[in-house]
Amino acid sequence: MTTTTARPPTAGPGPERDERVGQHARLGAILRRPEVGALVAALLIFCYFSFSTTAFAQPSGASTWVFTSSSFAIMAVAVGLLMIGGEFDLSAGAMTGTTGLVTGIMMTHYEMNVWVSVATSLVIALAIGFLNGLLVMKTGLPSFIVTLGTFFVLRGLNLAVTKQIIHQVSVVDFQSASGYAAGNKVFGSFLRFDLGWLPWVSLPNTKNLTIYAATWWAIAFVLAATWALQRTRAGNWIFAVGGAQQSSRQVGVPVFRTKIGLFMTTAFAGWIVGMLTLFKTTTAQSTTGIGAEFIYIICAVVGGCLLTGGYGSAIGAALGALIYGMVGQGIVYAGWDSDWLYAVLGVMLLGAVMVNNWVKTRAERVR
Amino acid sequence: MTESEQLAGKAAQPSKQEEVEALRSGPALPPPGTAIIEVRDIGKSYGSVIALREVSTTVNAGEVTCVLGDNGAGKSTFIKILAGAHAHSDGEFLVDGEKRRFSSPREALSLGIATVYQDLAVVPLMPVWRNFFLGSELTRGWGPLRRLDIPRMKAITKSELAAMGIDLRDVEQPIGTLSGGERQCVAIARAVYFGARVLILDEPTAALGVRQSGVVLKYVAKARDRGLGVVFISHNPHHAYPVGDRFMLLRRGRSMGNFPKGEMTLDELVQMMAGGVELEQLSHELARQMPDSEVARELETDVAETIGPAEPLDPSDDSDEVSGASRS
Repeated sequence: MTTTTARPPTAGPGPERDERVGQHARLGAILRRPEVGALVAALLIFCYFSFSTTAFAQPSGASTWVFTSSSFAIMAVAVGLLMIGGEFDLSAGAMTGTTGLVTGIMMTHYEMNVWVSVATSLVIALAIGFLNGLLVMKTGLPSFIVTLGTFFVLRGLNLAVTKQIIHQVSVVDFQSASGYAAGNKVFGSFLRFDLGWLPWVSLPNTKNLTIYAATWWAIAFVLAATWALQRTRAGNWIFAVGGAQQSSRQVGVPVFRTKIGLFMTTAFAGWIVGMLTLFKTTTAQSTTGIGAEFIYIICAVVGGCLLTGGYGSAIGAALGALIYGMVGQGIVYAGWDSDWLYAVLGVMLLGAVMVNNWVKTRAERVR
Repeated sequence: MTESEQLAGKAAQPSKQEEVEALRSGPALPPPGTAIIEVRDIGKSYGSVIALREVSTTVNAGEVTCVLGDNGAGKSTFIKILAGAHAHSDGEFLVDGEKRRFSSPREALSLGIATVYQDLAVVPLMPVWRNFFLGSELTRGWGPLRRLDIPRMKAITKSELAAMGIDLRDVEQPIGTLSGGERQCVAIARAVYFGARVLILDEPTAALGVRQSGVVLKYVAKARDRGLGVVFISHNPHHAYPVGDRFMLLRRGRSMGNFPKGEMTLDELVQMMAGGVELEQLSHELARQMPDSEVARELETDVAETIGPAEPLDPSDDSDEVSGASRS
């Protein structure tokens, strides 16, 4: 035994573990998530307005921007999904007006039950969404152009048809419609939370945080969209059709069905927001939602969704909406001219597009 | 291995594996050497344009059939017929001895005919494992809780790629970050995993460098050794010859012949591909009619270039004459 060379008891190759994936890769993976930029921006903006204005972080002051952010988040998430799928929907804003008007007119002019009216507007919204998708897929035209057309059609109809039927441009006084109370519970209710225990709440009249139904809808929508996007086949297909449509078709992804579904989801979101606005404001204006279509796209882009499709997240889009809501209200509380909002939005959009593009190039870079 | 042994082997495998097996649809692989696809005098015309006519060849299990031809020779029309993207207009197309006429790529796929296109049908921004299972995702649960079985898909992707000899650090990285050769191999591994019996590879080495091409050829050979029939489409005889068992040459929509490897040397293949004989004739003619013509001289150099490299390998055959003629 002494003649044999003493072999040190070296451990053999360790268990099946890829040593090339280090610990830092985990951190890198988190930093590469599409919504990280928006999260950091949202925190910074929150801190800035909290310290520079008195009302922003007060519960009563926060109620306003939480509501705005929530209703924009629902649309931004839907538009974000559509963008990940490689398409735009410019009719999304006008859709919120259309659904509100349809429901309102049915409740007042035709004296229908609230649920019948709500369901009718849902059917109409889904039909418009389907039509958008069908036109885009059948003609092969860019969805930007097709939905720009739908947008103008809806914008015109919202005014023209409303005037024709009720000889006014807005619907009011539908609280007497049958079933209104139940409808209001679903779309127009709110909860008050007493946050007087927070150390920075100084005045008793600002201690209440009001959370409207919109916020619950938004949270549900974000969770459902995230689940769908990350954990279901449909989500896989959304990324695929947006990333490379031809390739997706070749491997058997139902491109047509996926895209139609996305347009209908956006229309569905438009319907939810239409209902939320209708029941909260108790009026339906013919001009509701016009101009908001670009805000949704900006929110989605700020949240990390790629304009060219194939990359993004639902949470990111919702964070984009949160940023929009906070900046919009923060500017008011700070006493600036509210038109600054658009300048800030524009700068953020440009910044976000550049960051997203950089991320995409890195992800696609051939080693 | 007898049937009972095979069954016993299957039963011994974990149930997970069985599920996966069940997912791979299509008929089983026939023993090597059996014809899976046979085309007889097949043709295709688009209106008044005849894209392909009288093309015959076979694709055998465990063999590589190379389809060679220059741009516009009808290669893509031929693939599209095999892949089910276009139906043929003349001739017979037999799969497992049965006459077929495909109306969609899905029909071809259900018979185990899978095509790896030049663009590879991958989504660059999506992770490798998502690309691997795209369109055929594994799920678990049901109803609204039906969700992707992510751990299993990742594990299968990793092991299937390893079986093809591709060792990936992380199947989570976007497929766009892989090299061209690796992406090609992922596409091949995917087709093999999903029950391909015939693998149609459309110019798999066209956009690759020398080393990467070699890697891809290795996987083509691997797929062949697994008993698959491979249709290798290329315009590069140097890539096709080492892996091919049978060569079908296309020129201007016509077949120039269908040769087993034994009947053809690389030089002959190169020469046929380059249109060597025609070029040679043309240069002779031009030289006779216009002895001082610039065009004739250029053509002669061309002939020397296309056929020249073959010279040291096989000085006995007619390429000798050609190079002699071009030097005169």
